[in-house]
Amino acid sequence: MSYSIKDRVLDILHKDCRLPLEQIAIMVSSTPDEVAAIIDELESNGTIMGYGARVNWDKASGPDAVTAYIELRVTPQRNQGFDRIAERIYQYPEVKSVNLMSGSYDFGITVEGANIKEISLFVSQHLAPMESVLGTATHFVLKRYKFDGVICANPESDDREVISL
Amino acid sequence: MSFNPEVMINKVVSSMPPSGIRKFFDVAAEMKDCISLGVGEPDFVTPWHIRDEGIYSLEKGHTHYTSNSGLKELRVEICRYMDRRFSLKYDPLSQVVVTVGGSEAIDLFCRSVISPGDEVLVCEPSFVCYKPIISLAGGIPVVIETKVENDFRLTADELRAAVTPKTRALILPFPNNPTGGVMKREDLEEIAEVLRGTNIAVLSDEIYAELTYGDERHVSIAEIDGMYDRTVIVSGFSKSYAMTGWRLGYAVGHPAFIAAMTKVHQYAIMSAPTTAQYAAIEALRNGDPDIELMRNDYNYRRQIMVSGFNAMGLECFEPNGAFYCFPSIKSTGMGSSEFCERLLYDKKLAVVPGNAFGESGEGFIRCSYAYSIKNINEALNRMEAFLRTLR
Repeated sequence: MSYSIKDRVLDILHKDCRLPLEQIAIMVSSTPDEVAAIIDELESNGTIMGYGARVNWDKASGPDAVTAYIELRVTPQRNQGFDRIAERIYQYPEVKSVNLMSGSYDFGITVEGANIKEISLFVSQHLAPMESVLGTATHFVLKRYKFDGVICANPESDDREVISL
Repeated sequence: MSFNPEVMINKVVSSMPPSGIRKFFDVAAEMKDCISLGVGEPDFVTPWHIRDEGIYSLEKGHTHYTSNSGLKELRVEICRYMDRRFSLKYDPLSQVVVTVGGSEAIDLFCRSVISPGDEVLVCEPSFVCYKPIISLAGGIPVVIETKVENDFRLTADELRAAVTPKTRALILPFPNNPTGGVMKREDLEEIAEVLRGTNIAVLSDEIYAELTYGDERHVSIAEIDGMYDRTVIVSGFSKSYAMTGWRLGYAVGHPAFIAAMTKVHQYAIMSAPTTAQYAAIEALRNGDPDIELMRNDYNYRRQIMVSGFNAMGLECFEPNGAFYCFPSIKSTGMGSSEFCERLLYDKKLAVVPGNAFGESGEGFIRCSYAYSIKNINEALNRMEAFLRTLR
């Protein structure tokens, strides 16, 4: 399968968005100007939504954050389906992701807060009272093992041994 | 008189030089903060679904020997792979033997085909094991030096010049370790033209067959008209599926070759590791996307390394296969070994001297890009700093 230059630029940025433009250009056999133009296009059409580090908050020295995964059952609204409800939910800064799901509930929501109480209050004061919401189930994250394709445990060192080949 | 084991050692073995790679990297391994571009194996871990299949085979109690030739199910999958990838048809019952790595298959071929005094043509620079194995089998290795101006391909003229009435076999190691050179279809057509009408067998070491870059994928010499019967293809799982530690390879070829090789294999090895064979079935059935992902990553790193060497003045031809760059260090005026030694002690960067792969590798170094981009960038920085000290 051959990938387009756009796909390869996205692949590289997704793995490491700190690589210099010149190096990305070498990796995809292109020029820095062409790569810059591709990235501009991907940013302006919303394919690239932003750049940020994947942080293992369990290791970070700042205040502990608590993450919860919330299952939400709702009644879709006339003419607007689930989109209007999703719009109301994702406006809250505590909400980090919102996905419409198949299966026994409708929305899967990731919420972050300073502690369990803060998240509980958010659910009871903001999510549960919405008129379309039929029910919620909140699951707190106890330990994060893998995030966005990256394993959170310490990276293993290169243990390849000396061999004649 | 006390017993002296040293005099007991076979003369061929005692006269065999130790590997130039190993000696060098034993030093590097003890050096603090040393970084290396020396390891000739993938940095990827075997994909999980393949490892899981190996584990599952243990859970199911598959802990016995397999048949000498290997699990029939695996041989069937190997034949399917050869057909879908190269349009080469082999019979799983008579034309495949599963071995302990590709290296065992090379050894089996040499022991099965070479008689004392036979000449075997070896392209160099190449994998360090060919010449010792040929010598152990009683053969005489005859080196054909491939050249950078030919992109380290074997040419028909070079082959023709090396053939004598004693020539029994040609070892064709492409995609090549250490140069990264590949043979295109038109190159193989010319080689085939020289071989037709001779009694020269071909051992085609295609362990890096899945790691080629650019639009053209690897072509096997067995695909070329008239070459099928005389060619034994050696391949395996180490490089394609990052399965080096599982030690599993195979050979496919004419039933006469495979029967002889299986005979040697059954007396020396019995059978290849059972767990690895079950894992390999999964690799061949569902591992193509893994190869694609790894090849894609290697390609990024290859571009960085080739571009980096050329930018710092170390001329580096574009390697289109395997995971090595083979830049020339002739502009520094140093020999390969001296260059590598000084680089190691001055900048704590370990690379392999090109002459470890044969005399024709003198003036070159082998650098593996089976490393993270971070590691490669740091290595390139150290190399550049080292070159500055020479100016």
